[in-house]
Amino acid sequence: MNQDTSGKEFAPWNDASEKPLITFKNVTKKFGEFVAISDLNLDIYAREFFALLGPSGCGKTTLMRMLAGFEAPTSGVIELAGQDIAAIPPNKREVNMMFQSYALFPHLNIWDNIAFGLRREKMPKDQMEARVEEMLRLTKMEKFARRKPHQVSGGQRQRVALARSLAKAPKLLLLDEPLGALDAKLRQDTQFELMDIQESTGTTFVIVTHDQEEAMTVASRVAVMDHGKLVQVDTPDVIYETPNSVYVADFIGDVNIIEGTAEANGDSVALTWTEGQPALIGSANQPIAKGASAAMAIRPEKIAISSEKPTDRTNVLQGKVLDIAYLGNISTYHVQLDNGTVIKAQIANTRRIARRNFTWEDPVWLSWTDTAGIVLAV
Amino acid sequence: MKLRRLTLIGIPYFWLLALFLIPFGIVLKISLSDIALAIPPYTPTLDISGGWQAVRDFLSELDFENFEFLTTDDLYWKAYLSSLKIAAISTLLALLLGFPMAYGMAKAREDWRPTLMMLVILPFWTSFLIRVYAWVGILSTEGYLNQFLMGIGIIGDPLVILNTSTAVYIGIVYTYLPFMILPIYATLERLDESLIEAAEDLGCSRISAFWLVTVPLSKYGVIAGCFLVFIPVIGEFVIPALLGGSKTLMIGKVLWEEFFSNRDWPVASAVAIILLLVLIFPIVLFQRNEQKQREAEQ
Repeated sequence: MNQDTSGKEFAPWNDASEKPLITFKNVTKKFGEFVAISDLNLDIYAREFFALLGPSGCGKTTLMRMLAGFEAPTSGVIELAGQDIAAIPPNKREVNMMFQSYALFPHLNIWDNIAFGLRREKMPKDQMEARVEEMLRLTKMEKFARRKPHQVSGGQRQRVALARSLAKAPKLLLLDEPLGALDAKLRQDTQFELMDIQESTGTTFVIVTHDQEEAMTVASRVAVMDHGKLVQVDTPDVIYETPNSVYVADFIGDVNIIEGTAEANGDSVALTWTEGQPALIGSANQPIAKGASAAMAIRPEKIAISSEKPTDRTNVLQGKVLDIAYLGNISTYHVQLDNGTVIKAQIANTRRIARRNFTWEDPVWLSWTDTAGIVLAV
Repeated sequence: MKLRRLTLIGIPYFWLLALFLIPFGIVLKISLSDIALAIPPYTPTLDISGGWQAVRDFLSELDFENFEFLTTDDLYWKAYLSSLKIAAISTLLALLLGFPMAYGMAKAREDWRPTLMMLVILPFWTSFLIRVYAWVGILSTEGYLNQFLMGIGIIGDPLVILNTSTAVYIGIVYTYLPFMILPIYATLERLDESLIEAAEDLGCSRISAFWLVTVPLSKYGVIAGCFLVFIPVIGEFVIPALLGGSKTLMIGKVLWEEFFSNRDWPVASAVAIILLLVLIFPIVLFQRNEQKQREAEQ
């Protein structure tokens, strides 16, 4: 997703001359006393596939509904292409939404569902027909055009909902948990289809999801939200590799969090975490004061397991295998250290399982390099 | 196992047989009889002790005279037509009044809805007859309505409402309104709010979203409500008898008069049979609507 057609990296957020399509300026939204969105600032650029990610109740859906026009901000300004959209009702916005429930009109067939928005624009008949056919082709639903929504499968309904929301060629398409109702296999296929469609139509997509894998797969940038605030907005790889907080590290993917006290040590930071064990060395993105409490976030796949004590790695710990979770392509080993802490380490199963090296209760050595772990302020 | 199934299917059929088909047969038989000064007031009556010959004599005396009589007096077909007209207009009025009420209920806060529903059903807790009598007290020339309107000085002379067809319409719409509201409310309440939002998102104003989404999706409730009002109103007799004047012609009232005032059971039965035939058509349509709705919801 980070590559546009010319092969040049697509990163308008790094380009100061680029104007954002959507700007949130100090937006706050309250429902009674409850603060759903708190003083939020965000820029989203044209042709982005932008993901709003967070647990339920974090305000991501509210943010989307404000873009669609179903909610108005309590204070602050939302701009679409430089224009304040507060006064524009949903039916006049160049924004379309794909609803979580799909919200297909049950009394209309699929053709008429897709044509619904075009009819409201009073588009000439031949033009409208061509557009509907184009949308049916795009979503591979040509054969089902005359069926009613309840006569097609869940995955097909999802595609009709997408076709309907794309038919008006909106500047911005909002997708509210679009794949939530699909099973895992169909979800994956559809994620790639969504990316293809986003790329071929050049529409800006904003997707709301609570599924971090989905956000990572489809999005050019991911915004991790918590309690109505943006915690981190970055590309998926930056979010994963250099989370800016324990919250983000914990929310995205699997992670070991080791808490301790920071000791500054040049570029890298040493973390004293327990009696009788050497300090752990990791890198830090933000300066951490000596003596401040901190935590190291280390991904399980960056930890190696060996039966002999490795000599070439900075961080080495000894423990015994407590549990093995076999996931097919990888296995996760839960290793208990002498002080009781359990560390997860992952190994790719490149060999057949019969030849697994370690089993329950085996004493093992865990090790990782001095740049693998991120030290974060707590 | 087979016996159990037979019993299960048998009970409702027995119910229909005993409480619908047999009474219907009796009414049909009376409609084919002649009036007589006797108890019961018609002839012939079947005496099985006379054997096969008695049954044949009995059958030979049945004829369609009463139905022919109905065509000779224009009172009857005028009463049928007038009933249909009153039923149609009342249904329309009930729909115009009931739809906004059902819509308001469906849009009300969720914790209010049971209370609003109760308020709609509440009148049923009082006898229907007493409620219609109450309207006599409200609508008469010395009634509460005229007193109130004269009291605040809108009118000088009392309005004559009681014993006119206006009073009949008021009575019918008042009585049958819940039957219109409840099925419409049931469909509107189930309507997914995101459908309306989707319509607005795709360029509909609030009003056009209402016409293009809410109205078509409440179609089955509207049709069901209309039939639930239309069908019983055709045969209604208490309301025109109490609130209507001599000019308000309804077939239910005619039937009542034939039966109790004239004691002409055979003609009254013939009127009832024709009424049933008139009603079969809307009843079949109503059943079809119910079936379609069930199919649409699958």
